[in-house]
Amino acid sequence: MSLTHQDVARIAKLARINVSDEEIVAVGNQLNNIFGLIEKMQAVNTDGIEPMAHPQDVSLRLREDIVTQTNQREAFQAIAPQVEKGLFLVPKVIE
Amino acid sequence: MTNATLKQLSQQLAAGAVSSVELATQYLDRIEALNPQLNAFITVDRARTLADAAAADAARAAGNAGLLTGVPMVHKDIFCQQGWKTSCGSRMLDNFISPYSAHVVEQCNAAGLVTLGRANMDEFAMGSSNENSYYGAVKNPWDLKAIPGGSSGGSAAAVAARLTPVATATDTGGSIRQPASHCGVTGIKPTYGVVSRYGMVAYASSLDQGGPIAQTAEDCALMLNVMAGFDERDSTSLERAREDYTRDLNQPLAGLRVGLPREYFADGLDGDVAKVIEDAVAELKKQGAQVVDISLPNTELSIPAYYVIAPAEASTNLSRYDGVRYGHRAADYKDLVDMYEKTRAEGFGAEVKRRILVGSYVLSHGYYDAYYLKAQKIRRLIANDFTAAFAQCDVILGPVAPTAAFNIGEKSGDPVQMYLSDIYTLSVNLAGLPGMSVPAGFDRQGRPVGLQIIGNYFGEAKMLNVAHQFQLATDWHTRAPAL
Repeated sequence: MSLTHQDVARIAKLARINVSDEEIVAVGNQLNNIFGLIEKMQAVNTDGIEPMAHPQDVSLRLREDIVTQTNQREAFQAIAPQVEKGLFLVPKVIE
Repeated sequence: MTNATLKQLSQQLAAGAVSSVELATQYLDRIEALNPQLNAFITVDRARTLADAAAADAARAAGNAGLLTGVPMVHKDIFCQQGWKTSCGSRMLDNFISPYSAHVVEQCNAAGLVTLGRANMDEFAMGSSNENSYYGAVKNPWDLKAIPGGSSGGSAAAVAARLTPVATATDTGGSIRQPASHCGVTGIKPTYGVVSRYGMVAYASSLDQGGPIAQTAEDCALMLNVMAGFDERDSTSLERAREDYTRDLNQPLAGLRVGLPREYFADGLDGDVAKVIEDAVAELKKQGAQVVDISLPNTELSIPAYYVIAPAEASTNLSRYDGVRYGHRAADYKDLVDMYEKTRAEGFGAEVKRRILVGSYVLSHGYYDAYYLKAQKIRRLIANDFTAAFAQCDVILGPVAPTAAFNIGEKSGDPVQMYLSDIYTLSVNLAGLPGMSVPAGFDRQGRPVGLQIIGNYFGEAKMLNVAHQFQLATDWHTRAPAL
């Protein structure tokens, strides 16, 4: 497997990380080296093996449907990049 | 006084031989003098530390002191701590003053421990050398040309340099054990689920686990008593009765079965490191331990499996850094997507970006089965290897890393070489087992080498027992670098 520059650009888009044209060759080479390492696992036969997501294989707990958190909007918005009237501001998304 | 262990400091405070303010002042002065050359700290706040120490002294005067009240400590900069900058070693969180505290921090505060500062680390805990910090590399106190290990390099270096008796740390693929080994200090990563991940900035959630780094196994046991415990705010926190991790420290080792995995002593292991481990095993045999030859046949596969699972989970976890609610936001952008892409390009360092890109790819449409699912199946095979091994032995011993600390800059240009050095630590995280590193000697360059002890699930007290008995018979853990 070898990622092309187009592949790298597509992955960067998916990850929402701007990768400049100057960076793309170096990033592509590094990713290809990493995938060279990763591909070694394709040689292993894993037929019939149950995937393992959690070491203890425990199921998720349910909790009582009660209020446990108090409103801390001011504390949380004090560290936000841009807020107004209690709202987080982002660039316009709907015309 | 700064050479003292946590246990000794606790006794001196209880005896009134020293106050918490005096103790904090001594450590803060030492940090001020030595940190410029080590870069082990991201944040130090003298006024705040001294106020907390004064409060601890007042609690003691009022008769409300616990075992560790007034003892100073350091938090890895990954644990959210209310009112302290919690950067996680990243430009992305350089302006993040946490509005809340992690469960681990709450527990330490409740025990009366006093925070001296926040330890440097690889950005978002991604790294094995501490060269990936936005705040610059941490230097190894034993040799300033050497890396301290990572990602908890600041925590390990601070303990080794006697800038703190104890530090919190986290381990996703070796990030407690490897820096502890490289800095000549003791560290333990508990069984997955024992220490709450609430408020611990997430890297790979199915692998991340917090634990302590200190001079001795006994101190690690005391700290684990504080840090461990069920917390309903972490969905993978295990509901178990509280344990006293010091309970078995003084058990003799006669009859202990120690497994030596063949694969951990094969090609690639440095001769000096092999000798240190052999000598450590010989010491335990002298105390009555029996050696069992075991095999962990899928050890090599831990590298590809880890470098799929961890980046996949990282790409998901780090999607939260969008420049909207907290953290860095780019200055100029033309629309929302442009804001995301510039914010993330500026806020993340090269290694973090690489892992997010790998993760985004392996989770993308059409590739999930070939990568993430395949890696999870290999994860099962690795866990099964350990289950079979623990039918024959009580603990597994081996090296932590193939070599002692390498030089700063030696591997930083080649991520794959860096990943390969994680060979002896990754499988423990994939299986969710507890693991620790104990100082066991030095290589030809005078750089520390740690002995890895791997336990069965919830085997922490047994591992600490083995480590404590080893430390009663050896003095490696008492050696400190000349600074």
